[in-house]
Amino acid sequence: MKCKTCGQKAAVNLRQHRLGLCADHFLEWMPAQTARFIKKYQMFGPDEKVLVAVSGGKDSLSLWDILTRLGYQADGLYLGLGIGDEKNPYSAESHRLAEKFAAGRGLKLHVLDIGEVYGQSIPQLAESAHRGQGRPCSVCGVAKRHEMNRIARDLGYDVLATGHNLDDEAAVLFGNTLGWQADLLPRQAPVLAGHDGLARKVKPLCRFYEKDMAAYAILRGIEYIYEECPFSVGSTSIYYKELLNRLEADRPGAKLAFYVKFLEASAGGLFAAQQAETGLPLFLCPTCGQPTAHEGQCSFCRMVSR
Amino acid sequence: MTVKLVLRGKEHEVKAGMTLLDSLRRANILPEGVLAVRNGQMIVEDEILREGETIRLVAVISGG
Repeated sequence: MKCKTCGQKAAVNLRQHRLGLCADHFLEWMPAQTARFIKKYQMFGPDEKVLVAVSGGKDSLSLWDILTRLGYQADGLYLGLGIGDEKNPYSAESHRLAEKFAAGRGLKLHVLDIGEVYGQSIPQLAESAHRGQGRPCSVCGVAKRHEMNRIARDLGYDVLATGHNLDDEAAVLFGNTLGWQADLLPRQAPVLAGHDGLARKVKPLCRFYEKDMAAYAILRGIEYIYEECPFSVGSTSIYYKELLNRLEADRPGAKLAFYVKFLEASAGGLFAAQQAETGLPLFLCPTCGQPTAHEGQCSFCRMVSR
Repeated sequence: MTVKLVLRGKEHEVKAGMTLLDSLRRANILPEGVLAVRNGQMIVEDEILREGETIRLVAVISGG
């Protein structure tokens, strides 16, 4: 296979687009496409301050790399979750890689360690809250959303960007569709508007396959954490990704079509009734002052106060 | 007459002379879930694998 742009040997085969590219042209194509999606979905403008949530993984570090290549004012936020042990120091290693990335490029990285600030790491919080049955993923999600929003708001960022790729989004969509989660479907979008103390959230990589994000990180020489989060092994999200990849192997472009057609249907009003319900006014948590869907303390504050 | 595919430390031996795509299928590895690297260079699915070489496979799917 040859590069469509220059005719040299292709390093990447984007089967969903019937496009082969050499390393150089792939590394030009990715930021150009990202810029296109930022504009198409009206994520943010050139003068807005972006906070990138970085985990030390391929997607978030690549996103930060792409945004800075495009000239955006993008700082990073790393949350220390306290996951891992001496044998597999997952959080310590991901923190090291995020710091290394930032230092090597002269970028600003904000770091917050959940255990230091709240007295308990994510696995400890899950245990004390009796949630997750040994798998703290839901607690981790609540904590990350809470802290990312708080920090973006407190530090005056206009927008919070995460490195969710198309495989992440398609897996969530697949799960929500399997369960006909009508309340969750309209909440999935490349941009979640900011309102009532909630930061605007954007996913500039939502149209890129996970495989292409890994290719970008490798070709850009980005050192990222290769080992899985120990709690994600055997997770439903990985199972759904594998199912979708089996479909993709037989029908190139199927994953992309599944997600993009969902976005088109959503924009066309398919979930209008549910969208009206998600726009209901929010309450303020009496402890942290952040918006919450229910009266009283938010989920995170209830968890940490146990 | 073999090629080694190495994924997360596990070796899979396949016949030389096949494409990367056929080799992955023979080894029961989902092509969408890996990138293939030969001597530091990424290769695509139609590349013919040569006798005696080792191809490093990078797993690309993560959870969370």
